[in-house]
Amino acid sequence: MAETLTAAQPASSRPPHLIKSQSKGNPFGWGDLIFENLTLLFALSILGIACAIAWQLFKNSTLPRHAFGWSFLTRQMWDPVAEDFGALPFIFGTLVSSVLALMMAIPLGVGVAIFLSELAPRKVSSTCAFLIELLAAIPSVVYGLIGVFVLVPLMRVYVQPFLMKTLGFLPLFRGPAYGVGMLTAAVILAIMIVPFITTISREIFLSVPISLKEAAMALGATHWEVVRLAVLPYSRSGIAGSVFLALGRALGETMAVTMVIGNRPEVAASLLAPGYTMAAVLANEFTEATSDLYVQTLIEIGLVLFAITIIVNAIGRLILYKMTPQGEAH
Amino acid sequence: MKKLFAAIVSVGMLATGSLAWADALLINGAGATFPYPIYSKWFDVYHTNHPDIQFNYQSIGSGGGIRQITAKTVDFGASDGPMSDAQLQTAEGWTILHFPTVLGGVVPIYNIEGASGKLNFTQRAISDIFLGKITKWNDPEIQGSNPDMKLPDAAIVVVHRSDGSGTSYCWTDFLSKISKDWSSKVGKGTAVNWPVGLGGKGNEGVAGLVKQTPNSIGYVELIYASHNSIDYGRLQNKAGKFVNCTLASVTEAASSVADHMPADFRVSITNPPGADAYPASTFTWLLIYKTQTDKAKGQALVDFLKWMLIEGQKYTTDLGYAPLPPQVIEMEKNAIEKIKL
Repeated sequence: MAETLTAAQPASSRPPHLIKSQSKGNPFGWGDLIFENLTLLFALSILGIACAIAWQLFKNSTLPRHAFGWSFLTRQMWDPVAEDFGALPFIFGTLVSSVLALMMAIPLGVGVAIFLSELAPRKVSSTCAFLIELLAAIPSVVYGLIGVFVLVPLMRVYVQPFLMKTLGFLPLFRGPAYGVGMLTAAVILAIMIVPFITTISREIFLSVPISLKEAAMALGATHWEVVRLAVLPYSRSGIAGSVFLALGRALGETMAVTMVIGNRPEVAASLLAPGYTMAAVLANEFTEATSDLYVQTLIEIGLVLFAITIIVNAIGRLILYKMTPQGEAH
Repeated sequence: MKKLFAAIVSVGMLATGSLAWADALLINGAGATFPYPIYSKWFDVYHTNHPDIQFNYQSIGSGGGIRQITAKTVDFGASDGPMSDAQLQTAEGWTILHFPTVLGGVVPIYNIEGASGKLNFTQRAISDIFLGKITKWNDPEIQGSNPDMKLPDAAIVVVHRSDGSGTSYCWTDFLSKISKDWSSKVGKGTAVNWPVGLGGKGNEGVAGLVKQTPNSIGYVELIYASHNSIDYGRLQNKAGKFVNCTLASVTEAASSVADHMPADFRVSITNPPGADAYPASTFTWLLIYKTQTDKAKGQALVDFLKWMLIEGQKYTTDLGYAPLPPQVIEMEKNAIEKIKL
């Protein structure tokens, strides 16, 4: 945000901390010192918590790391009786369900946000925004129940047979139609993360300087062109931020996913087939896991989930950086 | 002034009253979720009769119960499956005793298009369905034992528990005993590598999936099926008879193995020899330290166990649990004497 702002606006309206650094006067600036250190402490505490979680997960998963090594990440095997474990189906399930959910939720979420901020009357906009924020507050088990009782029958009777009939020549859409499965989980996830994308994107769109939009309109741009040329480029990093937040939620979602995904630890080509995610297997099996190796393997899955979240976020930021034209950001 | 005095006195009495409650000896336990309703009933009734003793039971799952009693963070544990030899080893220095409390059964539930009523499952039929070898409802192995029913030529969808559970332990233990293939390829456990099927979370998850998926089959606890009026099938027992799961046929399963009961009660009663015994039955156990370090708590636990065996068993059937057979109760009375105070 800050970068775009300085580029788009004259230097006089820079964020205040940039101005302050130029005028270092005040000899009695204890308040500032305390304030700076206190906020620094807050910032460091986030780093500290993240490191402590990573360390605990690492420390408590030595047994499976010695037993399975790196092949833990690439093997498709989950046998608690023989204590032979590989995490590939869970990694696959987590990534596929989250990416599918994002593919559905980004166009929908950003589209709703554009409508609410650019096209809808003010009253409609604020009412809708309130309703969307309400969606974000619904507990995930409720989404799961809606999934089981409403979405799963719909998918089994209408959506999946339709997909099998029209797109069945692709391995992605082959039956049988159970109702539950990867696609169903992705749809539930998409519904759950749309509020994150919409709410944040709407706020970003509303903060686009009116002068930018007026300039575009003065040049004869249509509504669509204003959105495409002025609003979206200006808001790019803000939208990306909302997407990362949504992705984080999708990667870590447990209850709603486990209720509709079918819980089968298998890498299947078809999106209609049942799958499994890392968060779901943790929630399902941790309570009854007794042997040390079993428990520690589940902890290692937590570690992998943690690492994947970091990697996915890093890739996302990299893409964003590459996408930003060089003149705009420093 | 008088009023004020009266108020102070009554407040004082209330305070001492609640102090007496707070003074009650608190005994902490954790473990299985399956017996939680009966345990909380017992602990509640026992506290009413013995106000100085208060039980606090967390139903965190059998695995959690075993972990906590091994780590010595609770006074007693509870489990739907007996602790393995390896698990007893890790509880080094602390010998842990098993006491069966009640019995439960696991029943097959199904949803077949165009067919309703009680199905009979031979041992081969049920194990081959869960192995994925029998894939159609009109397979001769199923149709043969249900001549009056018209079963469809439809693919069978198997539903199992996705969460680790004592119900799965009992079911897979039963399948291991009746099928060599099952015991060599899959084995028994609270969670296993299921050859086929979808996973549902909890009894309600399995029942929900079965209800919604045409031509599916799953398994749930007897209590869950009967409380929710879900129809379930009969299983063929070792004697070759198709047995309906009832509290009586589950108790019968326990009494038919009572003669061979090991002294530590760590026994599986699936596929028992009795002619009327239901084959997918199991005990649930309380886990108690043999050597009690706290004399007061140890005495309270011993008293409770004795009460549970006599008075406690009267509450079982109302809550849907099968009571212990008399032979097992007698054996347990002797075993209680082993607890050292």
